[in-house]
Amino acid sequence: MPVNETFKPTIVAFCCNWCSYAGADLSGTNRLQYPANVKIIRIPCSCRLNPMFILRAFQRGADGVILCGCHPGDCHYTTGNYYARRRMTLLFSLLDYMGIERGRTRVEWVSAAEGAKFAATMNDFTETIIKLGPNRRLEDLRCKTE
Amino acid sequence: MQDRVMEKAAALLESGVCTRVLGWKTGEFFYDVTPAVFTSAEEVRTQMVYNPFCGPNLSKYLIAESRKEGKIAVFLKPCDTFSFVQLQKEHRIARDKVYAVGVQCDGMIDMDSLKALGLRGVTAAREVGDNLIVSTLYGEKTVPRREALSLRCRVCKSKRLNDCDEIIGEQGGDLPSDRFAQVEALEAMTPEERFAFWRSELSKCIRCNACRNVCPACSCEKCVFDNPGSGVRNKAAADSFEENLFHIIRAFHVAGRCTDCGECSRVCPQGIPLHLLNRKLIKDMNQLYGPYQAGADFDSKPPMLAFTPEDPEASIITNGRDGQ
Repeated sequence: MPVNETFKPTIVAFCCNWCSYAGADLSGTNRLQYPANVKIIRIPCSCRLNPMFILRAFQRGADGVILCGCHPGDCHYTTGNYYARRRMTLLFSLLDYMGIERGRTRVEWVSAAEGAKFAATMNDFTETIIKLGPNRRLEDLRCKTE
Repeated sequence: MQDRVMEKAAALLESGVCTRVLGWKTGEFFYDVTPAVFTSAEEVRTQMVYNPFCGPNLSKYLIAESRKEGKIAVFLKPCDTFSFVQLQKEHRIARDKVYAVGVQCDGMIDMDSLKALGLRGVTAAREVGDNLIVSTLYGEKTVPRREALSLRCRVCKSKRLNDCDEIIGEQGGDLPSDRFAQVEALEAMTPEERFAFWRSELSKCIRCNACRNVCPACSCEKCVFDNPGSGVRNKAAADSFEENLFHIIRAFHVAGRCTDCGECSRVCPQGIPLHLLNRKLIKDMNQLYGPYQAGADFDSKPPMLAFTPEDPEASIITNGRDGQ
Protein backbone atom coordinates (compact mmCIF):
# COMPACT_ATOMS: atom_id res chain seq x y z
CA MET A 1 0.00 0.00 0.00
CA PRO A 2 1.48 3.43 -0.90
CA VAL A 3 2.17 5.69 2.05
CA ASN A 4 -0.68 8.13 2.23
CA GLU A 5 0.66 11.54 3.24
CA THR A 6 -2.71 12.69 4.52
CA PHE A 7 -3.37 9.52 6.54
CA LYS A 8 -4.06 10.45 10.15
CA PRO A 9 -3.97 7.26 12.18
CA THR A 10 -6.00 6.75 15.31
CA ILE A 11 -3.85 5.35 18.07
CA VAL A 12 -5.10 4.07 21.38
CA ALA A 13 -2.66 4.09 24.27
CA PHE A 14 -3.66 2.15 27.36
CA CYS A 15 -1.72 3.68 30.22
CA CYS A 16 -1.45 2.37 33.73
CA ASN A 17 -2.61 4.81 36.35
CA TRP A 18 0.53 4.77 38.46
CA CYS A 19 3.41 5.11 36.01
CA SER A 20 2.62 5.73 32.38
CA TYR A 21 -0.36 7.96 32.91
CA ALA A 22 1.76 10.13 35.15
CA GLY A 23 4.53 9.88 32.55
CA ALA A 24 2.13 11.24 29.95
CA ASP A 25 1.26 14.04 32.33
CA LEU A 26 4.90 14.86 32.79
CA SER A 27 5.54 14.99 29.07
CA GLY A 28 2.62 17.46 28.90
CA THR A 29 3.92 19.68 31.67
CA ASN A 30 7.37 19.55 30.08
CA ARG A 31 5.76 20.71 26.81
CA LEU A 32 7.10 17.77 24.85
CA GLN A 33 5.34 17.24 21.56
CA TYR A 34 3.63 14.02 20.65
CA PRO A 35 0.94 13.49 18.00
CA ALA A 36 -2.60 14.46 18.83
CA ASN A 37 -3.94 11.23 17.31
CA VAL A 38 -2.85 9.30 20.38
CA LYS A 39 -5.90 8.72 22.55
CA ILE A 40 -4.96 7.81 26.08
CA ILE A 41 -7.14 5.47 28.11
CA ARG A 42 -6.29 5.16 31.77
CA ILE A 43 -6.39 1.72 33.32
CA PRO A 44 -5.67 0.86 36.97
CA CYS A 45 -2.80 -1.47 36.08
CA SER A 46 -1.34 -2.82 32.85
CA CYS A 47 -2.73 -6.25 33.71
CA ARG A 48 -6.24 -4.80 33.62
CA LEU A 49 -5.92 -4.86 29.85
CA ASN A 50 -8.25 -7.56 28.64
CA PRO A 51 -7.23 -8.83 25.17
CA MET A 52 -10.78 -8.02 24.18
CA PHE A 53 -10.05 -4.30 24.77
CA ILE A 54 -7.36 -4.39 22.11
CA LEU A 55 -9.61 -6.08 19.58
CA ARG A 56 -12.43 -3.69 20.48
CA ALA A 57 -10.15 -0.74 19.88
CA PHE A 58 -9.32 -2.08 16.42
CA GLN A 59 -13.01 -2.67 15.80
CA ARG A 60 -13.95 0.88 16.66
CA GLY A 61 -11.39 2.33 14.29
CA ALA A 62 -7.97 2.25 15.94
CA ASP A 63 -5.00 1.75 13.60
CA GLY A 64 -2.59 0.92 16.39
CA VAL A 65 -2.81 -0.04 20.05
CA ILE A 66 -0.03 0.43 22.58
CA LEU A 67 0.08 -0.63 26.21
CA CYS A 68 2.20 1.36 28.63
CA GLY A 69 2.83 0.25 32.20
CA CYS A 70 5.30 0.41 35.03
CA HIS A 71 8.71 -1.14 34.44
CA PRO A 72 8.90 -4.81 35.46
CA GLY A 73 9.54 -4.88 39.18
CA ASP A 74 7.99 -1.46 39.73
CA CYS A 75 4.32 -2.40 39.52
CA HIS A 76 2.15 -0.57 42.05
CA TYR A 77 0.44 -3.92 42.72
CA THR A 78 3.82 -5.71 42.80
CA THR A 79 3.27 -8.26 40.02
CA GLY A 80 0.57 -7.01 37.65
CA ASN A 81 2.84 -6.09 34.78
CA TYR A 82 4.58 -9.48 34.83
CA TYR A 83 1.25 -11.16 34.08
CA ALA A 84 0.43 -8.49 31.49
CA ARG A 85 3.77 -9.16 29.80
CA ARG A 86 3.03 -12.87 29.36
CA ARG A 87 -0.49 -12.20 28.13
CA MET A 88 0.47 -9.56 25.62
CA THR A 89 3.38 -11.60 24.30
CA LEU A 90 1.05 -14.51 23.61
CA LEU A 91 -1.71 -12.34 22.18
CA PHE A 92 0.65 -10.49 19.84
CA SER A 93 2.11 -13.77 18.72
CA LEU A 94 -1.37 -15.11 17.97
CA LEU A 95 -2.28 -11.95 16.04
CA ASP A 96 0.93 -12.27 14.06
CA TYR A 97 0.08 -15.93 13.39
CA MET A 98 -3.25 -14.84 11.99
CA GLY A 99 -1.55 -12.43 9.63
CA ILE A 100 -2.19 -9.14 11.44
CA GLU A 101 0.75 -6.76 10.93
CA ARG A 102 3.28 -7.05 13.77
CA GLY A 103 3.81 -3.34 14.23
CA ARG A 104 0.19 -2.52 15.07
CA THR A 105 0.53 -3.52 18.67
CA ARG A 106 3.25 -2.71 21.14
CA VAL A 107 4.09 -2.83 24.83
CA GLU A 108 6.33 -0.17 26.31
CA TRP A 109 7.30 0.35 29.95
CA VAL A 110 7.19 4.04 30.89
CA SER A 111 7.71 5.23 34.45
CA ALA A 112 6.22 8.38 35.98
CA ALA A 113 9.58 10.13 35.58
CA GLU A 114 9.96 9.29 31.89
CA GLY A 115 7.96 12.05 30.24
CA ALA A 116 10.53 12.26 27.48
CA LYS A 117 10.38 8.52 26.84
CA PHE A 118 6.59 8.71 26.63
CA ALA A 119 6.68 11.41 23.97
CA ALA A 120 9.45 9.65 22.04
CA THR A 121 7.58 6.34 22.17
CA MET A 122 4.38 7.91 20.88
CA ASN A 123 6.20 9.70 18.08
CA ASP A 124 7.93 6.51 17.04
CA PHE A 125 4.79 4.39 17.27
CA THR A 126 2.74 6.89 15.25
CA GLU A 127 5.40 6.86 12.56
CA THR A 128 5.29 3.06 12.43
CA ILE A 129 1.52 3.10 12.07
CA ILE A 130 1.61 5.74 9.34
CA LYS A 131 4.02 3.50 7.45
CA LEU A 132 1.73 0.50 7.94
CA GLY A 133 -1.29 2.44 6.73
CA PRO A 134 -4.90 2.12 7.88
CA ASN A 135 -5.95 -0.99 9.78
CA ARG A 136 -7.68 -3.22 7.24
CA ARG A 137 -7.20 -6.71 8.61
CA LEU A 138 -8.96 -6.19 11.91
CA GLU A 139 -11.55 -3.63 10.92
CA ASP A 140 -15.26 -3.85 11.45
CA LEU A 141 -17.09 -2.44 8.45
CA ARG A 142 -20.13 -1.63 10.57
CA CYS A 143 -18.07 0.74 12.70
CA LYS A 144 -16.81 2.83 9.77
CA THR A 145 -17.99 6.40 10.02
CA GLU A 146 -16.98 7.68 6.61
CA MET B 1 -12.48 -54.21 23.89
CA GLN B 2 -16.14 -53.38 23.29
CA ASP B 3 -17.20 -56.41 25.38
CA ARG B 4 -14.78 -55.69 28.21
CA VAL B 5 -15.96 -52.07 28.46
CA MET B 6 -19.60 -53.07 28.34
CA GLU B 7 -19.17 -55.84 30.93
CA LYS B 8 -17.27 -53.52 33.22
CA ALA B 9 -20.03 -50.89 32.97
CA ALA B 10 -22.73 -53.45 33.67
CA ALA B 11 -20.79 -54.89 36.60
CA LEU B 12 -20.25 -51.46 38.14
CA LEU B 13 -23.96 -50.74 37.97
CA GLU B 14 -25.00 -54.15 39.27
CA SER B 15 -22.56 -54.11 42.18
CA GLY B 16 -23.74 -50.66 43.21
CA VAL B 17 -20.34 -48.96 42.91
CA CYS B 18 -22.11 -46.29 40.92
CA THR B 19 -25.67 -45.37 40.03
CA ARG B 20 -24.94 -44.08 36.56
CA VAL B 21 -22.44 -44.75 33.81
CA LEU B 22 -21.18 -42.15 31.38
CA GLY B 23 -20.19 -43.75 28.11
CA TRP B 24 -20.88 -43.76 24.41
CA LYS B 25 -23.78 -44.93 22.28
CA THR B 26 -24.39 -44.96 18.58
CA GLY B 27 -26.16 -41.91 17.25
CA GLU B 28 -28.09 -41.55 14.06
CA PHE B 29 -25.38 -43.25 12.01
CA PHE B 30 -22.95 -45.95 13.05
CA TYR B 31 -20.00 -43.55 12.87
CA ASP B 32 -21.87 -40.85 14.72
CA VAL B 33 -21.10 -41.93 18.29
CA THR B 34 -22.52 -39.72 20.99
CA PRO B 35 -22.02 -39.44 24.78
CA ALA B 36 -24.73 -41.02 26.90
CA VAL B 37 -25.60 -41.69 30.53
CA PHE B 38 -26.84 -45.20 31.34
CA THR B 39 -28.70 -46.02 34.54
CA SER B 40 -29.17 -49.80 34.27
CA ALA B 41 -27.13 -52.81 33.21
CA GLU B 42 -29.90 -53.58 30.75
CA GLU B 43 -29.39 -50.23 29.01
CA VAL B 44 -25.65 -50.74 28.96
CA ARG B 45 -25.94 -54.17 27.31
CA THR B 46 -28.30 -52.95 24.61
CA GLN B 47 -26.93 -49.49 23.82
CA MET B 48 -23.38 -48.90 25.02
CA VAL B 49 -20.54 -49.05 22.51
CA TYR B 50 -16.78 -48.70 22.52
CA ASN B 51 -15.52 -48.76 18.97
CA PRO B 52 -12.98 -46.80 16.89
CA PHE B 53 -15.50 -44.03 16.36
CA CYS B 54 -15.78 -43.13 20.05
CA GLY B 55 -14.12 -39.75 19.58
CA PRO B 56 -16.11 -37.64 22.05
CA ASN B 57 -14.23 -36.55 25.15
CA LEU B 58 -16.45 -37.32 28.13
CA SER B 59 -14.63 -35.30 30.81
CA LYS B 60 -16.60 -32.12 30.38
CA TYR B 61 -19.91 -33.84 31.14
CA LEU B 62 -18.55 -34.70 34.58
CA ILE B 63 -18.80 -31.06 35.64
CA ALA B 64 -22.58 -31.30 35.67
CA GLU B 65 -22.82 -35.03 36.36
CA SER B 66 -20.57 -35.04 39.43
CA ARG B 67 -22.86 -32.51 41.09
CA LYS B 68 -25.83 -34.82 40.93
CA GLU B 69 -26.90 -37.38 43.52
CA GLY B 70 -24.91 -40.62 43.61
CA LYS B 71 -21.66 -41.73 42.08
CA ILE B 72 -21.05 -41.84 38.35
CA ALA B 73 -18.66 -44.13 36.53
CA VAL B 74 -16.97 -42.73 33.46
CA PHE B 75 -14.91 -44.25 30.66
CA LEU B 76 -11.97 -42.15 29.59
CA LYS B 77 -9.50 -42.47 26.76
CA PRO B 78 -5.93 -41.28 27.41
CA CYS B 79 -6.48 -37.80 25.96
CA ASP B 80 -9.74 -37.48 27.92
CA THR B 81 -7.88 -38.15 31.15
CA PHE B 82 -5.74 -35.06 30.54
CA SER B 83 -8.89 -32.95 30.47
CA PHE B 84 -10.14 -34.88 33.50
CA VAL B 85 -7.05 -33.93 35.52
CA GLN B 86 -7.07 -30.36 34.24
CA LEU B 87 -10.71 -29.90 35.28
CA GLN B 88 -9.92 -31.29 38.74
CA LYS B 89 -7.04 -28.83 38.99
CA GLU B 90 -9.57 -26.09 38.37
CA HIS B 91 -11.88 -27.59 41.03
CA ARG B 92 -14.63 -28.20 38.51
CA ILE B 93 -15.19 -31.91 39.18
CA ALA B 94 -16.10 -33.51 42.52
CA ARG B 95 -13.60 -36.37 42.34
CA ASP B 96 -15.20 -38.43 45.12
CA LYS B 97 -18.40 -38.72 43.11
CA VAL B 98 -16.60 -40.10 40.06
CA TYR B 99 -15.35 -43.62 39.38
CA ALA B 100 -12.92 -43.24 36.50
CA VAL B 101 -12.18 -46.19 34.25
CA GLY B 102 -9.32 -45.63 31.83
CA VAL B 103 -9.63 -47.37 28.48
CA GLN B 104 -6.70 -48.18 26.26
CA CYS B 105 -7.00 -46.32 22.97
CA ASP B 106 -5.35 -47.19 19.68
CA GLY B 107 -6.42 -43.99 18.02
CA MET B 108 -9.83 -43.07 16.75
CA ILE B 109 -11.06 -43.30 13.20
CA ASP B 110 -13.20 -40.68 11.61
CA MET B 111 -15.34 -40.40 8.54
CA ASP B 112 -13.26 -37.60 7.04
CA SER B 113 -10.22 -39.86 6.89
CA LEU B 114 -12.25 -42.67 5.32
CA LYS B 115 -13.57 -40.22 2.74
CA ALA B 116 -10.04 -39.01 2.09
CA LEU B 117 -9.15 -42.63 1.25
CA GLY B 118 -11.77 -42.50 -1.48
CA LEU B 119 -14.37 -44.59 0.33
CA ARG B 120 -17.97 -43.65 -0.38
CA GLY B 121 -21.27 -45.00 0.91
CA VAL B 122 -19.70 -46.47 4.03
CA THR B 123 -22.17 -48.60 5.99
CA ALA B 124 -19.96 -50.28 8.59
CA ALA B 125 -16.35 -50.69 9.67
CA ARG B 126 -14.70 -53.34 11.82
CA GLU B 127 -11.16 -53.85 13.03
CA VAL B 128 -9.21 -56.95 12.17
CA GLY B 129 -5.67 -56.80 13.48
CA ASP B 130 -3.95 -53.75 12.03
CA ASN B 131 -6.50 -53.42 9.29
CA LEU B 132 -9.93 -51.97 9.02
CA ILE B 133 -12.53 -53.75 6.96
CA VAL B 134 -14.92 -51.18 5.63
CA SER B 135 -18.26 -52.21 4.18
CA THR B 136 -19.59 -49.84 1.58
CA LEU B 137 -22.53 -49.87 -0.77
CA TYR B 138 -20.04 -50.94 -3.43
CA GLY B 139 -18.56 -53.87 -1.55
CA GLU B 140 -15.97 -54.47 1.16
CA LYS B 141 -12.56 -52.84 1.28
CA THR B 142 -9.60 -53.38 3.56
CA VAL B 143 -7.52 -50.37 4.55
CA PRO B 144 -4.60 -50.13 6.99
CA ARG B 145 -5.93 -48.83 10.28
CA ARG B 146 -3.33 -46.09 10.63
CA GLU B 147 -4.39 -44.54 7.33
CA ALA B 148 -7.95 -44.21 8.59
CA LEU B 149 -6.97 -42.49 11.84
CA SER B 150 -8.40 -39.07 12.50
CA LEU B 151 -5.86 -36.27 12.03
CA ARG B 152 -5.55 -35.56 15.73
CA CYS B 153 -4.80 -39.20 16.54
CA ARG B 154 -2.01 -39.37 13.99
CA VAL B 155 -0.06 -36.92 16.13
CA CYS B 156 -1.12 -38.41 19.46
CA LYS B 157 0.93 -36.88 22.28
CA SER B 158 0.35 -39.53 24.94
CA LYS B 159 -1.31 -42.86 25.61
CA ARG B 160 -0.96 -42.37 29.34
CA LEU B 161 -4.10 -42.80 31.45
CA ASN B 162 -3.99 -40.22 34.26
CA ASP B 163 -5.70 -40.51 37.62
CA CYS B 164 -7.93 -43.51 36.86
CA ASP B 165 -9.40 -45.82 39.49
CA GLU B 166 -9.12 -48.73 37.14
CA ILE B 167 -7.66 -49.43 33.72
CA ILE B 168 -8.98 -51.63 30.94
CA GLY B 169 -6.25 -52.68 28.55
CA GLU B 170 -2.73 -51.39 28.90
CA GLN B 171 -1.31 -48.27 30.46
CA GLY B 172 0.62 -46.29 27.83
CA GLY B 173 3.26 -43.60 27.90
CA ASP B 174 4.03 -40.27 26.28
CA LEU B 175 4.79 -40.46 22.58
CA PRO B 176 7.14 -38.38 20.45
CA SER B 177 4.74 -36.37 18.35
CA ASP B 178 5.24 -33.85 15.59
CA ARG B 179 1.96 -32.15 16.35
CA PHE B 180 3.48 -28.70 15.83
CA ALA B 181 4.51 -29.39 12.24
CA GLN B 182 1.41 -27.72 10.80
CA VAL B 183 1.87 -24.71 13.06
CA GLU B 184 5.46 -24.39 11.90
CA ALA B 185 4.37 -24.60 8.28
CA LEU B 186 2.00 -21.69 8.88
CA GLU B 187 4.66 -19.71 10.71
CA ALA B 188 6.95 -20.09 7.72
CA MET B 189 4.44 -18.33 5.46
CA THR B 190 4.40 -14.60 4.89
CA PRO B 191 1.90 -12.55 6.93
CA GLU B 192 -0.17 -12.04 3.77
CA GLU B 193 -0.39 -15.78 3.17
CA ARG B 194 -1.25 -16.43 6.80
CA PHE B 195 -3.93 -13.78 6.70
CA ALA B 196 -5.38 -15.28 3.52
CA PHE B 197 -5.28 -18.76 5.05
CA TRP B 198 -7.16 -17.76 8.18
CA ARG B 199 -9.60 -15.61 6.25
CA SER B 200 -10.50 -18.52 4.02
CA GLU B 201 -10.88 -20.82 7.02
CA LEU B 202 -12.62 -18.51 9.46
CA SER B 203 -15.01 -17.10 6.90
CA LYS B 204 -16.63 -20.53 6.89
CA CYS B 205 -17.59 -20.10 10.54
CA ILE B 206 -21.33 -20.12 11.13
CA ARG B 207 -20.99 -19.29 14.83
CA CYS B 208 -22.79 -22.43 15.93
CA ASN B 209 -20.64 -22.26 19.09
CA ALA B 210 -20.01 -26.02 18.94
CA CYS B 211 -16.26 -25.49 19.51
CA ARG B 212 -17.01 -23.56 22.66
CA ASN B 213 -19.64 -25.95 23.94
CA VAL B 214 -17.57 -29.10 23.46
CA CYS B 215 -14.28 -27.75 24.80
CA PRO B 216 -13.44 -29.20 28.23
CA ALA B 217 -11.40 -26.11 29.04
CA CYS B 218 -14.23 -23.74 28.04
CA SER B 219 -16.38 -24.43 31.04
CA CYS B 220 -17.28 -21.03 32.47
CA GLU B 221 -20.89 -20.93 33.63
CA LYS B 222 -21.24 -17.45 32.24
CA CYS B 223 -19.45 -17.10 28.94
CA VAL B 224 -18.25 -13.74 27.69
CA PHE B 225 -19.93 -14.53 24.38
CA ASP B 226 -23.34 -14.90 26.06
CA ASN B 227 -23.11 -11.41 27.45
CA PRO B 228 -25.59 -9.16 25.61
CA GLY B 229 -23.17 -6.27 26.11
CA SER B 230 -20.33 -8.07 24.34
CA GLY B 231 -21.74 -7.36 20.88
CA VAL B 232 -20.81 -10.85 19.69
CA ARG B 233 -23.53 -12.95 21.28
CA ASN B 234 -25.33 -13.21 17.92
CA LYS B 235 -25.64 -16.67 16.50
CA ALA B 236 -24.11 -15.67 13.20
CA ALA B 237 -20.97 -13.61 12.89
CA ALA B 238 -21.89 -10.39 11.13
CA ASP B 239 -18.55 -9.73 9.46
CA SER B 240 -14.93 -10.76 9.32
CA PHE B 241 -14.06 -8.83 12.45
CA GLU B 242 -16.46 -10.87 14.58
CA GLU B 243 -15.13 -14.13 13.19
CA ASN B 244 -11.60 -13.09 14.10
CA LEU B 245 -12.60 -11.78 17.49
CA PHE B 246 -14.54 -14.89 18.42
CA HIS B 247 -11.75 -17.26 17.50
CA ILE B 248 -8.92 -15.19 18.95
CA ILE B 249 -10.71 -14.81 22.26
CA ARG B 250 -11.88 -18.43 22.32
CA ALA B 251 -8.33 -19.67 21.85
CA PHE B 252 -6.88 -17.11 24.26
CA HIS B 253 -9.32 -17.93 27.06
CA VAL B 254 -8.11 -21.53 27.15
CA ALA B 255 -4.42 -20.68 26.85
CA GLY B 256 -2.47 -22.73 29.37
CA ARG B 257 -5.51 -24.89 30.11
CA CYS B 258 -6.02 -26.45 26.69
CA THR B 259 -4.83 -30.05 26.76
CA ASP B 260 -4.85 -30.24 22.96
CA CYS B 261 -7.53 -32.93 22.84
CA GLY B 262 -8.66 -31.69 19.43
CA GLU B 263 -12.38 -31.73 20.17
CA CYS B 264 -12.88 -28.21 18.73
CA SER B 265 -11.80 -29.31 15.27
CA ARG B 266 -13.66 -32.61 15.51
CA VAL B 267 -17.04 -31.00 16.14
CA CYS B 268 -16.65 -28.07 13.75
CA PRO B 269 -19.38 -28.62 11.14
CA GLN B 270 -17.41 -26.45 8.73
CA GLY B 271 -14.13 -28.28 9.14
CA ILE B 272 -12.13 -25.28 10.37
CA PRO B 273 -8.76 -26.43 11.83
CA LEU B 274 -9.40 -24.64 15.13
CA HIS B 275 -6.83 -26.70 17.00
CA LEU B 276 -4.12 -24.87 15.05
CA LEU B 277 -4.90 -21.71 17.03
CA ASN B 278 -4.69 -23.52 20.36
CA ARG B 279 -1.57 -25.39 19.30
CA LYS B 280 0.15 -22.15 18.39
CA LEU B 281 -0.44 -20.87 21.91
CA ILE B 282 0.82 -24.15 23.39
CA LYS B 283 3.91 -24.02 21.20
CA ASP B 284 4.62 -20.42 22.20
CA MET B 285 4.18 -21.13 25.89
CA ASN B 286 6.47 -24.14 25.66
CA GLN B 287 9.13 -22.11 23.89
CA LEU B 288 8.89 -18.95 25.96
CA TYR B 289 8.01 -20.22 29.43
CA GLY B 290 9.24 -23.79 29.48
CA PRO B 291 7.56 -27.07 28.58
CA TYR B 292 4.12 -27.49 30.02
CA GLN B 293 1.38 -29.99 29.32
CA ALA B 294 -2.01 -29.08 30.73
CA GLY B 295 -3.62 -31.94 32.61
CA ALA B 296 -0.45 -34.04 32.86
CA ASP B 297 -0.21 -33.69 36.64
CA PHE B 298 -1.75 -31.97 39.64
CA ASP B 299 1.21 -29.89 40.80
CA SER B 300 2.67 -27.91 37.93
CA LYS B 301 1.72 -24.28 37.64
CA PRO B 302 -0.06 -23.17 34.44
CA PRO B 303 2.12 -20.68 32.52
CA MET B 304 -0.58 -18.02 32.39
CA LEU B 305 -0.90 -18.04 36.17
CA ALA B 306 2.80 -17.65 36.72
CA PHE B 307 5.68 -15.40 35.73
CA THR B 308 9.38 -14.94 36.17
CA PRO B 309 11.16 -11.59 36.23
CA GLU B 310 13.27 -12.82 33.30
CA ASP B 311 10.34 -13.43 30.92
CA PRO B 312 10.98 -12.15 27.40
CA GLU B 313 9.44 -8.84 26.46
CA ALA B 314 6.54 -8.61 24.01
CA SER B 315 8.93 -6.84 21.66
CA ILE B 316 10.38 -10.21 20.62
CA ILE B 317 7.10 -10.67 18.74
CA THR B 318 6.53 -7.12 17.53
CA ASN B 319 10.11 -6.68 16.39
CA GLY B 320 10.13 -10.10 14.79
CA ARG B 321 11.46 -13.16 16.57
CA ASP B 322 13.59 -14.11 13.64
CA GLY B 323 14.53 -10.61 12.59
CA GLN B 324 11.96 -10.46 9.79
